[in-house]
Amino acid sequence: MEFTTRSLFTMIHGMGFGALYLMACSGALVELHRRYISPLKPAVEVEDERFLRIYLTVMAALAWLTVLTGAYIIYPWYRATPSAGVTNLAAFPQRLLLSSPSTSAWHSIGMEWKEHVAWLVPISITMAAAVFSRHGRNLKVQPELRSAVLAFVWISLLAAGIAGFFGAMINKHAPVEGGATIHILRGEKP
Amino acid sequence: MSAQSASATPNVPNFPNGGGAAAVLAAGIGSFLLSVFAILGDQSAFFKKLFVFYKPTGPLSGVTTCAMVVWLLIWLILHRRWQWRMLTMRRVSTAALALLILGLLLTFPPIADLF
Repeated sequence: MEFTTRSLFTMIHGMGFGALYLMACSGALVELHRRYISPLKPAVEVEDERFLRIYLTVMAALAWLTVLTGAYIIYPWYRATPSAGVTNLAAFPQRLLLSSPSTSAWHSIGMEWKEHVAWLVPISITMAAAVFSRHGRNLKVQPELRSAVLAFVWISLLAAGIAGFFGAMINKHAPVEGGATIHILRGEKP
Repeated sequence: MSAQSASATPNVPNFPNGGGAAAVLAAGIGSFLLSVFAILGDQSAFFKKLFVFYKPTGPLSGVTTCAMVVWLLIWLILHRRWQWRMLTMRRVSTAALALLILGLLLTFPPIADLF
C-alpha cells in the first residue's frame, strides 16, 4: 500500500480541507436555522454564541486552506506542460484530459469552473464569520441581515459542492500523481 | 441605502447594522468581480499575461489575488463609512445576492464564453 507525495497533497486538499468544509457547512446551516429561524425561537446563550463564532471562523480557515492549497500546490502539478516528445501523459493531468474528446470537457467545463467558483466559498464564509462575530445574538432581531448571511452560506455550500464534485471526477479520470513514493504497508506476495 | 436612526423599542435592533451591511455588500461585489476578472483573464490575451503573478499557477494567481484585494478594500471602505449607521438592509442584501448569483453564473464556462 503506497501513494505519492502529490496524491497525498491532493487528498489533504480535497478529502481533508474540502470535504471537512462541506460537512461543517451542513452543520453550520442546521445550527443557524435552528437558532435564528426555528419557530420555537430558543434563547441564544452567550456560550452558544461563542461556540458558533469559533465554528464559523474555523470554517473560514478551512475554506482559505482549501483554495490556497488547490491554487498554489495542486493546480501547478495539474497544469504542468510536458516536454516535446513526451507521449506518456500520466504525469500531466490537464494534457491527459485534453488528449481525448471523451475526457476533454472534464477540463474545459469542470476544471475551468472549479478553479474560479471555489473562491466564492472563502469570500462568503469569511463574511458570514465576520458578521456573526460583530452582531452575534443581535441577528435574531435583524432578519434581513440574517437572511442575507444565510443565503451566502447556502451559496458557499453549493460552490464548494461544485468544486468538490469536479475535483473528485477530474482526479478519477486524470489523477495528480508524482513525487516520492510513500509506503504505508507491504502486502503479502501473491 | 437610506439611513435611519436606531431605536430602542423591542424587536428593533439597537446595534447599527451598517458593519454587517458593508460585509454583505462587499462579499457580493467581490464575488462578481472575481467572475469579471476570470472572464478577462480567459478572453483577453493582454489580461491573461497581466494576471500571471505566479507562473506555475498561471493567470488564476492574478485573477484571484486581484479579486481578493479589491474585495477586502471595498469591505474596508464600506465598513468605515457605514459601521455606525442603521441601513435599510433589504436593498443592500438584494444587491449583494444578485451580485453573488451573477458571479456564480459567470464563472460557469459556457456562460463566461459568451463574452
